[in-house]
Amino acid sequence: MSSFPLLPDQASANAGSIDALFFALVGVSLFFIILITVLLFVFAVRYRRGNRVDREIRRKDNLKLELTWIIIPTLISLGIFVWSSYLYFQGKTPPADAMEIYVTGKQWMWKIQHQRGNREINELHVPLGQPVKLVMTSQDVIHSFFIPAFRIKQDVLPGRYTTEWFTATRVGEYHLFCAEYCGTSHSGMIGRVVVMEPMDFERWLATSGNNETMASSGEQLFRTYGCAACHQEASSSRGPVLAGLAGSAVKLQDGRTVIADRGYLQESINDPGAKIVAGYSPIMPTYRTTLNQEQLNQIVEYLLTMDGGVAATARRN
Amino acid sequence: MSHETAVEGTNYLNNGYSLRSWFLTTDHKRIAILYLFTIVLFFFVGGSFAVLMRLELMSPQGTLVQAETYNKLFTMHGIVMIFFFLIPSIPAVLGNFLIPMMVGARDLAFPRLNLLSWYVFVAGASVTLFALVTGGLDTGWTFYTPFSTSYSNTRVVPAMVGIFITGFSSILTGLNFIVTVHKMRAPGLTWFRLPLFVWSLYATSLVMVLATPVLAITVAMVAFERATGIGIFNPAIGGDPLLFQHLFWFYSHPAVYIMILPAMGVVSEVIATFSRKEVFGYRFVAAASLAIAVYGFLVWGHHMFVSGQSVYAGLVFSILSYLVAIPSAVKVFNWTATLYKGQIWFQTPLLYAFGFIGLFTIGGLTGLFLAAMAVDVHLTDTYFIVAHFHYIMVGGAVMGFMAGIHYWWPKITGRLYPEGWAKFSALVLFVGFNLTFFPQFLLGYLGMPRRYYHYPPEFQVLNVLSTAGASILGVGYLIPLIYLLWSLKRGKVAGANPWGATTLEWQTASPPITQNFPTTPVVTSGSYEFPALEEVHSE
Repeated sequence: MSSFPLLPDQASANAGSIDALFFALVGVSLFFIILITVLLFVFAVRYRRGNRVDREIRRKDNLKLELTWIIIPTLISLGIFVWSSYLYFQGKTPPADAMEIYVTGKQWMWKIQHQRGNREINELHVPLGQPVKLVMTSQDVIHSFFIPAFRIKQDVLPGRYTTEWFTATRVGEYHLFCAEYCGTSHSGMIGRVVVMEPMDFERWLATSGNNETMASSGEQLFRTYGCAACHQEASSSRGPVLAGLAGSAVKLQDGRTVIADRGYLQESINDPGAKIVAGYSPIMPTYRTTLNQEQLNQIVEYLLTMDGGVAATARRN
Repeated sequence: MSHETAVEGTNYLNNGYSLRSWFLTTDHKRIAILYLFTIVLFFFVGGSFAVLMRLELMSPQGTLVQAETYNKLFTMHGIVMIFFFLIPSIPAVLGNFLIPMMVGARDLAFPRLNLLSWYVFVAGASVTLFALVTGGLDTGWTFYTPFSTSYSNTRVVPAMVGIFITGFSSILTGLNFIVTVHKMRAPGLTWFRLPLFVWSLYATSLVMVLATPVLAITVAMVAFERATGIGIFNPAIGGDPLLFQHLFWFYSHPAVYIMILPAMGVVSEVIATFSRKEVFGYRFVAAASLAIAVYGFLVWGHHMFVSGQSVYAGLVFSILSYLVAIPSAVKVFNWTATLYKGQIWFQTPLLYAFGFIGLFTIGGLTGLFLAAMAVDVHLTDTYFIVAHFHYIMVGGAVMGFMAGIHYWWPKITGRLYPEGWAKFSALVLFVGFNLTFFPQFLLGYLGMPRRYYHYPPEFQVLNVLSTAGASILGVGYLIPLIYLLWSLKRGKVAGANPWGATTLEWQTASPPITQNFPTTPVVTSGSYEFPALEEVHSE
């Protein structure tokens, strides 16, 4: 009961413009609510039964009036639509230099993996002023990663990657909520986002990590599980070559062409039979039960960095 | 007047007192009464779940119930209120009672099908209740996959079976209304002479018939995946979780219009009668009902802006959501304009209709916030959503139901309700409703997610306000229950047409005779041609 805020914290670069639209909508709403309420009261009192006033209706032509209250609200709506869609696309398009952080949701916690190898649970440390892109997936049901102070929210789905991004603008600690109902302890699937000065963040990365980047952990897993046996250039061509794969177009057995993004890479490890590359046989076993989601993220990250060429652009998709 | 004397003494209520005369009746009016008892029961069952939730939410830490129980409470509150109260409320009670009378017919087109739909409803409700009492359900009324198909440990399959069965009752009712409106109108009753209540129920019926099968298919697939482990929705076994959301909202968004369109129909009747004027822009109001029904099928994706659906799909759903708001706005403006130069008579139904207009307008305008994708990202799945849909469903649909029950109570029972108490409780409801749900808009904007058992302490003040409002709201629902029951014996005898209304149902006795009209009425003018007021006073 200590504090009683009426406005949420505003701590990301996009929060201000979203609030501006929010309050514009509040303004439009107030205008119409007051208009309707005043008209209801004025008419109801003035034309109450028994009140002797002029009730003769001289004009029967309603069409102009009808068109007025069809066209004006339509124009206002379209204006809001354009404004909001512009902001939405802005919020969906992370800058190319955004720092990527992996998020894994599971009943009922958030697991965070920084590319430098640092891992956190229910906490997300980020630097002030730098765009951060969250690459998120779930290992069980649908969750949703919601940071009210940044005005961002995105569902986190099993079996695919979704993303959201922000640039934090104020040092501090902010709520992190799961916003998609996910079972018994849904309301316990919360945490905090810690925004730090870049220097402090560097120090935090250096002291809380294990000196092994996500990609190098992924490379180790790649070796441990013998992926190279089929997927190296030197070996026989039982499996497609993986260097330079990420971000490229892949021709499939059934004639389709897909882009080898993170979702494709993850699916091909979990469910190798789903999309067979043209010219290869469906002989790869699933690794769904062998690898946990965080290990999958590490291998995907390794595959993305395997070759500088196409992979560098793929990372941004 | 001559009609009444011809049939003095007998009406649909005293025409047989045996259980058989009620439970095997094919009289649409008696079936409406069966529905009324059933849904009022469910309203108070669903309401008691809400009471427990609001009590729990008075403190940020769990006090009253466990988290599992809380999750079951909001699930059961949603299921009972939506499937077993709101969807059947106005159509199955007032629609059933009034559509044949308003079109000058003796009954619906298929009287036995009508009785069957009540039995199907009771069967579906019983199976669902069986699931709720033998373990409950914790999926939320939205049953999102893969939680519902693979992770929930509660009674998903029986609940799905119950909802599957219940859907057929909606389909049968909708079908019956459509055929009745097409084929059973009295001589001279052309489409553009129909009361607006009939127009809006006609539009509702189209939605019921076209959308409900999709819900049935969807819940059947949930039960199937859960029972067999064959992957439809769970990606771990080859399914797609978003497919479920598309199918679910393809029904559940139009379902919002199943709930609100009939209430709009009630408001049109009440506004016309109590201002003694034809509803302004009659044809626009009638067409708006159909426009809402059609557009309503094209906006389901606005529930999924943060779900991971394509951003371009989001764009299309956003603009269509703005367009669906326009016909609703047209109705609000036309109702307001109807009052201009009318003869406004402040009776309880009109107070409820005003309540509807105010609260529905707030509910509709906050819908614009949610159709704006950039703002929806922040607001969706928070208490802002909870507040928004309660303004539509309670502030709109339930207020409309209350308006309709009061307006047609004299017709249904032959007695008047006590006006003073009724006005008082309308006021209590209005205040209680706003105190309950307005703070939830603020909570949502602050970022409090919905379906939270624990919450951060800074949200407590607004939650306590909301709970305080809910206690007032509860009183506002209990008072009518008491005085309406009281009026059955003690209320003033109403007479055929206590409000001086012009639609056909008021041109026969109250309560009506079993055949509705002694002879089929012949219609020679529109539904709302009011004689000058002096003629009424001379009665």
